[in-house]
Amino acid sequence: MIEHDVVVIGGGPAGLAAAVAARQAGAEDVCIIERDKRLGGILQQCIHNGFGLHIFEEELTGPEYAQRFIDMARQWGVHSMLDTMVLDITPDRMITVVNNRDGLQTIKAGAVVLAMGCRERSRGALNIPGTRPAGIFTAGTAQRFVNMEGFMPGNQIVVLGSGDIGLIMARRLTLEGADVKMVCEIMPYSSGLKRNIVQCLDDFGIPLRMNHTVTEIHGKERIEGVIIAAVDQNRKPIAGSEEYVPCDTLLLSVGLIPENELSRSAGIQLNPITGGPVVDESMQTSIPGIFACGNVVHVNDLVDNVSTESAIAGKAAAMYDLGMFDESKAGIKVKAGPGVRYIVPNAINLTRVDDAVTLYFRVDNVYEGAVLRVSTDKSILFNIKKKIMVPGEMQHIKLKKSFLGKQGDISDIVVEVAGEAN
Amino acid sequence: MTTRNITCILCPQGCNLEVTVDGDSVIQVKGNACGKGKSYGAEECLDPRRVVTSSVKVIGGEYPLVSVKTAAPVPKAAIWDCIRAINAASVNAPVSIGQVIIENVAGTGIDVIATRNVAKSDDIVKEKICI
Repeated sequence: MIEHDVVVIGGGPAGLAAAVAARQAGAEDVCIIERDKRLGGILQQCIHNGFGLHIFEEELTGPEYAQRFIDMARQWGVHSMLDTMVLDITPDRMITVVNNRDGLQTIKAGAVVLAMGCRERSRGALNIPGTRPAGIFTAGTAQRFVNMEGFMPGNQIVVLGSGDIGLIMARRLTLEGADVKMVCEIMPYSSGLKRNIVQCLDDFGIPLRMNHTVTEIHGKERIEGVIIAAVDQNRKPIAGSEEYVPCDTLLLSVGLIPENELSRSAGIQLNPITGGPVVDESMQTSIPGIFACGNVVHVNDLVDNVSTESAIAGKAAAMYDLGMFDESKAGIKVKAGPGVRYIVPNAINLTRVDDAVTLYFRVDNVYEGAVLRVSTDKSILFNIKKKIMVPGEMQHIKLKKSFLGKQGDISDIVVEVAGEAN
Repeated sequence: MTTRNITCILCPQGCNLEVTVDGDSVIQVKGNACGKGKSYGAEECLDPRRVVTSSVKVIGGEYPLVSVKTAAPVPKAAIWDCIRAINAASVNAPVSIGQVIIENVAGTGIDVIATRNVAKSDDIVKEKICI
């Protein structure tokens, strides 16, 4: 049987940062298992710029950001098994893998870091009625075709969903000569960054139709058009507002879901809101010795945050393997109060915190001029006035260990929005 | 004197800026909630620039394409000329990050550089197993 001190599942930005941090924290034998032929994960197809402003203080493209971490992994002597699929993880950290070189193998890990990332929601998840022709892609699939394989998915394009990948692809396909007719967004606001709306749509005159969705797909062999309609406050199509838009391609940018088949089969407790594992301040899941980080836990907007969070997981995994991880229970529960959709981490063990713990969360609506309130089961800790908060931009609050230590014997920390939604 | 309406991109608030320009100088910026918005509005009206990213055909590489970017932001008006030059270009493998693919693209004085390493197609098998 193969043994490694720390096994990291997934070689994207989360896995790379976790593996490097595990080595830096003293784990000697760290191995990344990656199902693709190369490390780097989804960053390799994100050829646009805007990555790394926080960590490297410069604007890198996805492949450049990935390469920085691949180089670090090399320097720190991180091992990797590429082209290898993980089939199963047990609670006592036995990992079953398969590849076409060695067949089926079992690996014993001193600690495990889950870094499998997320997947795009597809047409099936939306239940759009109509025929089932070719020409319907998730935005990420189209991105891989255009940026890595050199294929155009089509010429006349409608994008459903204004997530960042959809916006980025609207620009990318326009630059490659396609006619991007519109981006439809069922919500009254976009989940994409303002910067992407301006630089990907406005720059090229691509209309963004808020409160609109695709209600029907037309075409037999290949998609020939879609019917779009305005929606009411309950996101139901408004009769009479239907409009036929001819197109040969429909791109879906309608959300991402953490990829947790392995976590589920290991019996790890998942958060029903995020779909990712419930984790503590060290990114430890409900099973001791199994840690999780990055988009497998919750979908991030910035890769910089993924790297930061994953370094915590990698370090903790190394400590666990070395027998230096304080295994006492995390005593403080962290809860999402009114206006907060979810929060990570879900629990804090103060003795394991070095200096501070950062809470990451998303609000459930657009709030202007609202107040973020952080309280414990004993008292209100503080209020922060926020000019604007939108669900598409993750919020974070840093809590100093020294500050939390002064609050006495607390059992809960709650973050809530005090104020009206717009 | 002309007035332009632009959306500020610096934060999710997305202020609608009204920028009044007279020739080469900005007379006033209205609608900005902060100081940063003011300078963004001025810059975006006088000299809007973008980093152009795309991909270039690779000959004899492990991948058919290599991702590229302009090494610095180019004037917005030159985006399409940059894209045409990028589409016409090709490069022989191996390619390394930072390698200049097109010098002085579209007369902007800015190079197009590779943002990814691409090995020769016959070299991949050797390094496939471990990094």
